[in-house]
Amino acid sequence: MFRSNVLVCGGTGCTSSNSEQIIDKLNEEIKAQGLDKEVNVIRTGCFGLCALGPIMVVYPEGAFYSRVTVEDVPEIVSEHLLKGRIVTRLLYQETVVDDNTTKSLNETKFYAKQMRIALRNCGVINPELIDEYIAQDGYAALGKVLTEMTPQQVIQTMLDSGLRGRGGAGFPTGLKWKFAAANPADQKYACCNADEGDPGAFMDRSVLEGDPHSVLEAMAIAGYAIGATQGYIYIRAEYPIAVKRLQIAIDQAREYGLLGKNIFDSGFDFDIDIRLGAGAFVCGEETALMTSIEGKRGEPRVRPPFPALKGLFGKPTVLNNVETYANIPQIILKGADWFRSIGTEKSPGTKVFALGGKITNTGLVEVPMGTTLREVVEDIGGGVPDGHTFKAAQTGGPSGGCIPASLIDTPIDYDNLIAIGSMMGSGGLIVMDETTCMVDIAKFFLEFTVDESCGKCTPCRVGTKRLLEILDKITRGNGTLEDIDKLEELCYYIKENSLCGLGQTAPNPVLSTLKYYRDEYEAHVTEHRCPAGACKALTNFHIEAAKCKGCTLCARNCPVGAISGKVKEAHVIDTEKCIKCGVCMEKCKFNAVVKK
Amino acid sequence: MKSLAELQAIRDKARASVNIRENAEAETRVLVGMATCGIAAGARPVLNAFVEEVAKRGLQDTMVTQTGCIGICQYEPVVEVITPGKEKVTYVKMTAEKAVRVVNDHLVNGNVVTEYTIGANAIGAK
Repeated sequence: MFRSNVLVCGGTGCTSSNSEQIIDKLNEEIKAQGLDKEVNVIRTGCFGLCALGPIMVVYPEGAFYSRVTVEDVPEIVSEHLLKGRIVTRLLYQETVVDDNTTKSLNETKFYAKQMRIALRNCGVINPELIDEYIAQDGYAALGKVLTEMTPQQVIQTMLDSGLRGRGGAGFPTGLKWKFAAANPADQKYACCNADEGDPGAFMDRSVLEGDPHSVLEAMAIAGYAIGATQGYIYIRAEYPIAVKRLQIAIDQAREYGLLGKNIFDSGFDFDIDIRLGAGAFVCGEETALMTSIEGKRGEPRVRPPFPALKGLFGKPTVLNNVETYANIPQIILKGADWFRSIGTEKSPGTKVFALGGKITNTGLVEVPMGTTLREVVEDIGGGVPDGHTFKAAQTGGPSGGCIPASLIDTPIDYDNLIAIGSMMGSGGLIVMDETTCMVDIAKFFLEFTVDESCGKCTPCRVGTKRLLEILDKITRGNGTLEDIDKLEELCYYIKENSLCGLGQTAPNPVLSTLKYYRDEYEAHVTEHRCPAGACKALTNFHIEAAKCKGCTLCARNCPVGAISGKVKEAHVIDTEKCIKCGVCMEKCKFNAVVKK
Repeated sequence: MKSLAELQAIRDKARASVNIRENAEAETRVLVGMATCGIAAGARPVLNAFVEEVAKRGLQDTMVTQTGCIGICQYEPVVEVITPGKEKVTYVKMTAEKAVRVVNDHLVNGNVVTEYTIGANAIGAK
């Protein structure tokens, strides 16, 4: 029996900032102090507050340490774990009330407005121990389904709950299951889409790293509901920690007989295998994903027939996203009405967002649907840092669009986001401030889709390339007003004629920025000016003679020798030589360097 | 896995190790003095005895934790039991055996073990 638990985040974010070494050092120090039978060190999944990583939480006190280094470990062990004196300087500042009092993590702004269903076990249990998952009522939903419910009842519960696909499109999960269950076949499949490809999205990875069993359990439930005996998890090879923990979880579940033959003595067989993807964005599209599992080149195919009729290996297949699955055991245990009571009428439940970009609390948050963008960005996210102002948020990655500051009070759900020209997507939420150029952002996402287009259909392969060329021309200041019209026309053409979701949504970043920031596009074209000062070709650096003290700091740091001037006299930048690297602006102590 | 009962058995066993992570708002707090003086006088076995006995008894809303020196080093190991709405009880010169009795009499049945408290010992010392 351990008197104290030390939870260290083993998610990808904290692992990259040395949480592995911290765990090793902790075990070493704990052993040296003879505390190894009293203190249990547990590597968990993501806590969500990635900006403050590596994160360590010590129970029973619930002390939340942030930005821990290997050097801090001996102090934590000898002070806190041995003598019970919390190391205040390492505590997350918001949890410190005064010298002797701390408040619970759930009272901090970051966690207070969150509601964790999909992430409920992330940062709480050891994902590599099935017993800890079972302690949190794990596999109780599968037990309930197999011993008390018929497949029809399971599907009805899913329909009643109103759960919609968390991968982006928001298709009702129960309906998907109902269609697949209705098609008789000698073999069916229940698969999991863990090919999370949107730049900036990492919720699926975090669920798999922090709570892999919840996905396995839900897949078995899906298998029972539709009559499948085999499941595949398609996950990208770039997620090594998630892959490793998934495999451990599958092995442990098999050992306990929670996967395999005759589960809970019900006569139901179900097993799961992992298939690794090589990282192509298009393989997140359902038909391309299944083609890839079949061992062929990952290209989408025409729908219909839909996967529920002819999916993997031509058999009826259900394919759900990781986060969707993570919700299901809770819905079975607590009921459809409970789930419906959370979120909005048409989008019940919660949604996980990966906060990134110009925001203080970079990390993972789960909020009830209908929470406004303002609450997510300002309250939970801590707002835009360094005194900058919020300009827009980008949701849905390369398939989504921008939400401008004027719409910051929009409650987030599937339908509202579509209505304002963006989409939920998998849940990446990238915050931008006034130094971000919207044409440049559109260009960034188009570069991504041009790279990731599989090339099977012409509108996507050639169309996105042409879009990118026009955008590039505009950001260089060579565009015309006709180019903007042509850009818009081409966007609609690509949307209407592409084969799969990748092409159909690829123009969204352009269309939504055109909708809300057309004036920025026009400024690039008519005035050859980038209002945000981000497009290099349209910005020049100048020194304001009145402010320049002639300290020579800029001239000494300029990598190309473009700055000239005598000591104690105003300096001048030669715009011909200048490569616009911005070093002079960073170095100047008198704010004399300006972008024009 | 053949039955729900089998799953329940694993759950109950594993529950004990996970419980500690949810008890931040516990009702009763048992504070064991673990400053240098406490450790020297043998506070560590006392602390471990409390932890094990509380777990054995399945006391869900009791949290066992350490505290620093409260200034009566000659009475170490010192243990304080704090229950909201009741007067704080301070036990002195504790041992692992005494700890077991405190859990059973005081924490489970609500009877303070008067003979181990600082009041009884201070008087007895005279």
